[in-house]
Parts: sequence; structure tokens; C-alpha cells
Amino acid sequence: MTAYLLKRLAIALITLVLASMVVFAVLEIIPGDPARLMLGMNASADQVELLRNQMGLNAPLAARYLHWAGGLLSLDFGRSYTYSVPVIDLVRERIVVSLPLALIALALSTIIAIPVGLFSVGRHGRAGDTIAMGAAQLGVAVPNFWFALMLIYLFAVWLRLVPAGGFPGWSAGVWPALKSLVLPAIALALPQAAILARVTRSALIEVLNEDYIRTARAKGLPYRAVLWRHALRNAMIPVLTILGLQFAFLLAGTIIIENVFYLPGLGRLVFQAITQRDLIVVESVVMLLVAAVIAVNLLVDLSYAVVDPRLRSRQ
Amino acid sequence: MTLRFDIPEENFADILVKAFTNRSFLTGFVITALVAAVAIVSFFWTPFDVTRLIIADKTQAPSPAHWFGTDHFGRDIFSMIMVGARNSIAVALVAVGIGMGVGVPLGALAAARGGVVDEAVMRLNDLVFAFPALLSAIMITAIFGPGALNAIVAIGIFNIPVFARVARAGALAIWPREFILAARAAGKGKALITIEHVLPNIVTLLLVQGTIQFALGILAEAGLSYVGLGTQPPMPSWGRMLFDAQTRMGMAPWMAIFPGMAIVVTVLGLNLLGDGIADILDPKSRRQR
Amino acid sequence: MSLLEIEKLSLTIGDTPILRDVELAVAPGEVMGLVGESGSGKSITALTVMRLLPWAARASGRVVFDGIDILAASEDQMCALRGDDIGMVFQEPMTALNPVKTIGEQVAEGIRWHTRASRADAEDRARKMLDRVGLPAAQFPLSRYPHELSGGQRQRVVIAIACALKPKLLIADEPTTALDVVLQAQILDLLRDLVSENRMGLLLISHDLAVVTEMAERITILRHGEVMEAGDTARTLSEQLHPYTRQLAQASMHVPARARTNEVGQDNPMLQAKPLLQVESVTRDYPGRRKSLLKRAVPTRAVDDVSFSIDPGQSVALVGRSGCGKSTLARMVLALDGPTSGTIRFRGEVITDKSEAELKPARRDMQVVFQDPYGSFDPRQKVEKLVAEPLHVLDKRPTNAERREMVAKALHEVGLGPRDMDKYPHEFSGGQRQRLSIARAIITRPKLVVADEPVSALDVSIRAQILDLFAELNQKLGVAYLFITHDLTVARAITDQVMIMHAGKIVERGRTSAVLDHPQSEAAKALVAAAPDLHRAIARRLQEQG
Repeated sequence: MTAYLLKRLAIALITLVLASMVVFAVLEIIPGDPARLMLGMNASADQVELLRNQMGLNAPLAARYLHWAGGLLSLDFGRSYTYSVPVIDLVRERIVVSLPLALIALALSTIIAIPVGLFSVGRHGRAGDTIAMGAAQLGVAVPNFWFALMLIYLFAVWLRLVPAGGFPGWSAGVWPALKSLVLPAIALALPQAAILARVTRSALIEVLNEDYIRTARAKGLPYRAVLWRHALRNAMIPVLTILGLQFAFLLAGTIIIENVFYLPGLGRLVFQAITQRDLIVVESVVMLLVAAVIAVNLLVDLSYAVVDPRLRSRQ
Repeated sequence: MTLRFDIPEENFADILVKAFTNRSFLTGFVITALVAAVAIVSFFWTPFDVTRLIIADKTQAPSPAHWFGTDHFGRDIFSMIMVGARNSIAVALVAVGIGMGVGVPLGALAAARGGVVDEAVMRLNDLVFAFPALLSAIMITAIFGPGALNAIVAIGIFNIPVFARVARAGALAIWPREFILAARAAGKGKALITIEHVLPNIVTLLLVQGTIQFALGILAEAGLSYVGLGTQPPMPSWGRMLFDAQTRMGMAPWMAIFPGMAIVVTVLGLNLLGDGIADILDPKSRRQR
Repeated sequence: MSLLEIEKLSLTIGDTPILRDVELAVAPGEVMGLVGESGSGKSITALTVMRLLPWAARASGRVVFDGIDILAASEDQMCALRGDDIGMVFQEPMTALNPVKTIGEQVAEGIRWHTRASRADAEDRARKMLDRVGLPAAQFPLSRYPHELSGGQRQRVVIAIACALKPKLLIADEPTTALDVVLQAQILDLLRDLVSENRMGLLLISHDLAVVTEMAERITILRHGEVMEAGDTARTLSEQLHPYTRQLAQASMHVPARARTNEVGQDNPMLQAKPLLQVESVTRDYPGRRKSLLKRAVPTRAVDDVSFSIDPGQSVALVGRSGCGKSTLARMVLALDGPTSGTIRFRGEVITDKSEAELKPARRDMQVVFQDPYGSFDPRQKVEKLVAEPLHVLDKRPTNAERREMVAKALHEVGLGPRDMDKYPHEFSGGQRQRLSIARAIITRPKLVVADEPVSALDVSIRAQILDLFAELNQKLGVAYLFITHDLTVARAITDQVMIMHAGKIVERGRTSAVLDHPQSEAAKALVAAAPDLHRAIARRLQEQG
């Protein structure tokens, strides 16, 4: 057990370090002098040089990497060129929108998908299964941002039930804030739920063909009990894999969806930063999201060990 | 995770018969062929010229002249969708090509060599996997500025570990089989065995994954173009059309509805095609029908 | 009164008829053997009694268990019967247990379900049951997971599940086919004891006449879904009235006719001076599993200081229980795996630690036949290419025409026609595929063929034909064999010499008949005692009945 955990942890850390090197390297390639950018075109060469020294830009590459990576560890991402505030403050402000949105969407997608998958398996080959899987097939094909536009058209423009976009902030109260996250969350969750439902169904069908299911039936357990007690847990492994992947997609999706609903999250921040060439912000947010993806993958690896005793005794 | 699959034992002719009696495959094939045909036709003919802006005709609702209406510059939406299909398919196809071209050899190598090589390839995979296509696209755009090429490269890079994993898992399931041992006993080396025995037996897996990645590529390209990281105007693209439609939802909903449907239909077609191929070639899934 | 009575049972799956008018009865406390080759419908008959049939199956006729009409019973009624009054043991112990649940949970589950016992009570009973099937608490606590157990131990767990509630009828579907002979004997003993202790009826399904004869008082012989003959086991098999019964019995005891050339070989100083294969103190270690982060892993020794030699044209059996290292040894002989220490010489040349290019001449003279007639061919290639594969080692590549000619010749030698060249392997039956496998092995005119369990996946009648083919080629081509098998009848049928392997070592070697009739080592004695033998079994039954 510990050997497996340690190995997964080590892999996650190595990946994180390598990823940070990639991001740092990209920062290095980018044309333009950050000091010059911060001071503007009118600054003298001496002023720029002074700032370069202050920012540590003249130090050797390895030293600068270590400085930058050390900064990341203490959540010091540097200062935004355009806002002239620490990047971490910008991130902190925006993450309270993006993270809840991604989590609500993930929860929603799971809550929808797993019962649909179970339902479909229960009516395998019958009309209910065909309809559910037809809907899932369609759902997989729908781009979430287009779905978002359609939702806005239906619920905001037509029915006027929810605001078409914007975010009042959590200070305006939990309910209004949540209300403005409902449509974005649905837009994100449904296409993901469609994928997850399909995976749940096929994983269950695969498991139900296993010999040990027959053994359980031969014990006298009815089909339903076999499904719940024996099949579901074995089918969890592929489902968990997809859940882990989906988190990465949801993070990416969040960035796009925020643009549809004008939500002041990390996505808006990134795109503003790109247009303003505020590269340190871009890199910081990318690094943060990459770290989140790696962390979730680690979590998925660990949950495998909880589900499957065979992993616990293997290295 | 270990992958289990049965190698289908059929002739090409049998498979063909099965393909054209499989509903999924047939529907998917027809849709995909149709989209491809539309994309090809767009090179020679579109109902209207998509580069000409006719402000007088702007935001017209669908009519016999403009089947899907016009956009805010008076361009014919149907014609733009035709040209957009070309663009989407090209981006997704090249991205799948990059993924397969790099990923499959890597995965096959990892499976054949094992040990340190395998570990290195897998760690590299983990690294690339940590950068979803959108994040790569953001970084590339941050360096080089926006452009259609960014989308191709970003999606292509993301496809590499996907294919590497599928190829590796498939190859690992083939290597322990007795016919591989027989080939080794006949003095064949790992490279030759990979080419003669392993790859032909995982082609179907790769084909299925290829259609899935193709579909995902179309979705990703649309997403990237929508946020301005992909295809740039004036080149029509489905994602960009949706971006333009967003602020005009109230008065010109057709600007959003039709390009979106184009994406849905294309992706649906490819997914059905993939499901169909998997159905036809995997005896296990057929038994369940 | 019968416990189980099957009358005129017919069954179709889709449009395919599987069973026709099957009649079968099991009395309380009686062992009924159901015998048939693959595809005879014996497993489906068992699943019909359990009503665990595939979806598309349609059954007609009457199946009555303990007064209950099985085919008409509701699913709830069936759930009450399964596991409580009817228990079932399956063929494949490696996959029959749920990998994510402990053995305690899996045994207790049925008990709790049927008796509504508390968790503690059910676990208590499960514990007793596991003790009874030979899995004591000290080594096998309830908290063990299936993957921590060997195949034989897992089969004991499956038996514990099936017998936990002392069912009136136990159905065992090839319960020992996946196990080696020694384990087979242990599991059969266990089943026999459990049945007599609780006066259970046992429906024992097997393809192995010897196993059934040892276990069953009465026998039903099934072929293509129809009952060929049924009756008292000893009488049916000794009288062999039905032609199919005779065919089966004779195939089971078949010994190919062959002149024992190599008895002479041993006296021939020329041949003795130059052995074909010399294995010299070969050892193979596999890296072991680390118990903790601090301790170093202890390597497992699969093959332990083994030495032997094979003369040209000699046929040698390598016999041992599963996991004794015989397949590892075979791979090293074939230079597919390298020894940790020791050397192997083939035709006098060292073949260990050689590059693939250096091995080419040796490979030409050394070929292999595998166990699984289905897994040993690439399904994507045609027979011509598959059989010609070893031609890769020839220095001069044959032209296409030459290649076709060589393939045709090899096919002819194994009893197949030149037209078979353009077919795919799936167009052949299991026996034909094994012929293809042999054709592939002899196409380069090798001096040595290593055969790893080449007939154990085949039905008895096919097995007899393939053994004949092996014997014939040994005579005709003078090829030497290293036959790896766990089946003593195969060793007896086809080899001059036998080597008994146990825990990585060769513990006994001698003339086949001498070793099998008068085994010296413990390992050899255990194998011989455990091996089912149809002659002996019939004789014992007749004797018991007086």
C-alpha cells in the first residue's frame, strides 16, 4: 500500500517539477523585456537595468528558475505588469468564482451520470436504454459553450428566469451568487455527464460479463443485489479514470464558459492578460491549473487503491 | 490499467458486410461523408461569397435565398458553415495525424522495450497530459500571438499521449500472446515483430481512438476559435461564428443555432462512426447487443 | 425419487440448437458424471438447472428439482434455490471470485442472504466452512483477498461458497480442469468428502473420462447436445456398447504406435558422444517482491541448478506441477529467455547470451509448438505466411514460389492440403490449428521441437490424432522432442525418457515406463498417484461392485 502511494506521489511531484520547467522555459522564450514593459517606453536604459537587477532578471538561468519556483511554493507568483499588484491577489479574487463553478459542475455531472448509467444497464437493450444512450450520444457531441448560448437564449432572453451573465460577487449573498452560477454549471455539466454516463454503462456491462458475477448469482443474490454489491465497485475504476480526466476538461471548460457568461473568474483574467500581454499573469494561471490537474490525477490514483485491493499489495 | 480485447478473426469481406448492416456505423459513415463532401465542395462553390461583406443584407433571418440567414456583415451563414467545415476538418485531421504519428511509435516502443524506456515514455505522457489543449493554446498564443496554427499544434500535442497510451496498452495486450513467442522463436527481432504482428493487431483500437480524437479535435478547435485562440477572422470558422453570435442572441439567434448544429452533427457523425467500428470489430461488444 | 430430474430438455440460443431431448436424473447422495467433448452442451445443461442461461436461450421440456419445476419457477423462487439448495462450482477459479471483496465477505454473503443471520454469525459459519475446505484461519483469515490466493486455494473458496448452506445438489462444472493433477486429486477428494458428509447429490461435469469414472457411480455421455448413452459408470465404460462411448474411451487410453528407436540410441556410442542439447547447471531467478521499503527483495528461483541433455531423435518429457519452472526452462532452451547462471549448448554450441543474429543457425534447428491452438497464430495473417514464419532464419531467403512449395510440403506432412495455405487460422478447428502449429515447427527441418503442453487444450479424440502425428514425425524426420506436460498419459504415450521437475529442480529422470510405474522421488510419486487413469479407475469400480 505505502509503496504504491509513495510511487504515485513521487510521479506527481516529478511531473509537477517538469511542468514548472516547461512553463518557465516558455516565460524565457517570450520576446520583450518585462522590465521595459513595466516601466514603459519612456524609461531610460539605466532605469530598466536597475529594475532588471531588482527583479533578478540578470541572474543565471538556473538561479532564476529556482527563485521563480521557490516563489510559487510560497504562493508568490510575482507582480502583474498591468495591474501592478501581486498576481496572487488577482488569482485569489478570481478563483472564488472558477473553483466553485468547476466543483458544482463536476458534482452535477456525477449526480446525473451514474444513475443514468445504472438505469441504462438495468434496461439493457430495451427502450429506456436506447433513449438514454441516444441522449448521451447527442450530449457528447454538444460543445459546452454553444449549449451555454442556447441556455442563455432559452432561460435568460426568452423566459427571463436567470440573469444572462455577470456575477454579483459572494458579498451579495450566497443565493444570488449561486443563481448566477446555475446556468454555467449546467452548461458545463451536461456534456460531461453524457460522457460519464456512457462510460459508467459500458464499464458495468463489461463487469457484468465477468465470471464472479455468475458466482454471485449462483449464491442466490437477485440481479439488483449483484449489480449494487458486486458490479458497481468493480466498475468504479474506469469511471474514476474518466472523472479525473473530466476535471481537466472542466477546468478548461470553465475558462471558456466564463467568457460566455461574463463571469469574473480565472478564464476572464487569462484572456484579458493575453490581450494586454501581461505574461506573468498568463503563466501563473497556467501553472496553477496544471498543478490542479496533476493533483486531481494523483487523487484519482490514490482512489484506485481504495477501490482495488490488488493495487494495495502491488508496488 | 491492463487492457483486454479480443482480436477479431474475420476476413475483410465479412467485416464489410457487417459494417453496412450496423446502424451506428452506417449513420456515422453517411454523416461524416456528407460533412467531408460539403467541405470539399466549398473549395469550388458556395452559394455566396464569404469574403464579400454586404452590410445591406446584415442579420437577415433564414429565407429561401439565405437558408440559414446572414450574419452581422451580411455574409451567408450556410456558405460560412461550408467553409468552416473545411477549416474544422483540416485542423482536427492534422491534430490527429500529429497525435498518431508521434504517439503510436512512442507507445509501441514503450511496450516493446519495457523497463526504463517504458517508464520514460509514460512520465513524458504524464507531463503532456497535465497541459489540457486549452492551456497549451494559451501558452502558445502568449508567445506567438493568435493563429490557426496554434490550435493545430495545441490539439496535436494533447493527442500525443492519448495515442501513446492506447498504443501501449494495446501492444502490451498483444506481446504476451503465443504467436509473438512463435515469431521470436523464428528469430524475429522486436522491431520486426512490432511491425508484422503488433501494429496490425491494434489498428482497430487506433482507428476507434482516431475517430474519438477527431471528434474531440473538432470540439476543441471550435472552443479555441470561440475564445480567439484559434482560427482568426476573416477566415470563417464555426467557433468564431458562435463568438460573433453571442452578443446578438436576442435579435439573430440563427447566427448561433446553425453553426452549433453543424458542430453537433459532425461530432455526432464521427462518434457514431467510432462506435460502429468498435461494435463491428469487437466480438465482445457484439455479443451484448 | 430423484432429486433432480431432467426430461426431454431441448434448448436453442437464437437459431442455434444446443440441446435435444436431454434426459438426466440425480438421486440424493448420488454422484452423476456428465461427460462430453467441447460443444456437447454439458455446461449449458448445468446452467439450465441454475437458470443462469444467456438471454437468448429458449428451453423446453421438464427440469424438476426437489418437486419444483425449474423452467416454470419465478426468479424469486430461483434466487431462493440458488446457493441454498443448489450450489455450483465453476471451471476457472482465477476469475470466479470478486477481486475487490475479501474471501470472508464472499463466503458469508450467501449465508446472510439466505438465513438472515447476523454478520457475526454468518462470518462464524463462513470461518467454519473455510476450515472445512482446507483453508485454516491461521493462514487464511477472512480478510484475505482472492489475489492473495493460488488457483487451488481459490477453488476451495468457490467450493466453500457453494457448500456453505449444505445444498441438496452440488453442480461442479469442470472443477479441476484449470488445475494440475495433484491439485485436481485434492479438490476431487474434497468434493467427494463433502458430498458424502452431507448426502448431497453431485452433478460432476467433465471432459475427462478418468476423472468421472473415479468420482461417479452413474454416467451420462453427451454429444452435440444429445445423450449418447447413460448408465452405471463401470458397466458403461467396460462394455462400451455405444460406438461413441467406445471412441471416447479408446481415445482416452490411446498410445501411438512407435518403434522405440532411441532405446537403441543409448547403446550407440556415436550418438551418445554428441548430445543434441546440453543444459548445464542452469538457474533462473526472477526479481522478487519487496516486503517493505527497507528490506531488499528476495529473488524467486524459478529454475534451480538444472542439468540434462537430449540426444538426437530422442523424445523426452518434462513433467511437473504448475509453477514448478518447466515453462521457464523451456523458454531458456528456446533462447527466448536467458539464464541467471549456467550454460545451454545446442549441437555443441553455446546459445546463452547470444545476439539474435548469432542465434540464427541454432533457431533453424530448434522450433516450438505451443499449448493454445487459438493463441498461437496471428489472426491477421494467412496460413502461408504463418507457417512460413520460421523461414526467416534461413540464410538464403526462398523465392515466393519456393516458399509456397515448402509450406505445401509441411502442410502435407501434417495431413493438411495445399489449399489451406490461403485460409486464415480462424477457418480451422482446434485440432487442425495444432496441425498448423506443427507444420510451422517442422518447416525448417529442425533437429529439436519443444512442445509446451501441445495437446492439453484439445478434446480426447483430437488429442489422440495429434499424438499420433507427433509420433509419426519423430520416426519420419528423426526430430527430437522436449515435451512439457503435466499429463502423465501424454508422457507415457509419446516419450522415451521422462524428467520430473519439482520446485525448480529436476528430481528424477529415467525411462518413461520405469519412472511412471516405479517412481522414486516424492514429487514423482505424488504425480503418479494423483494422475487419473481410466484403466485403473474402471478396474477399481468393477472390483468394488464385485
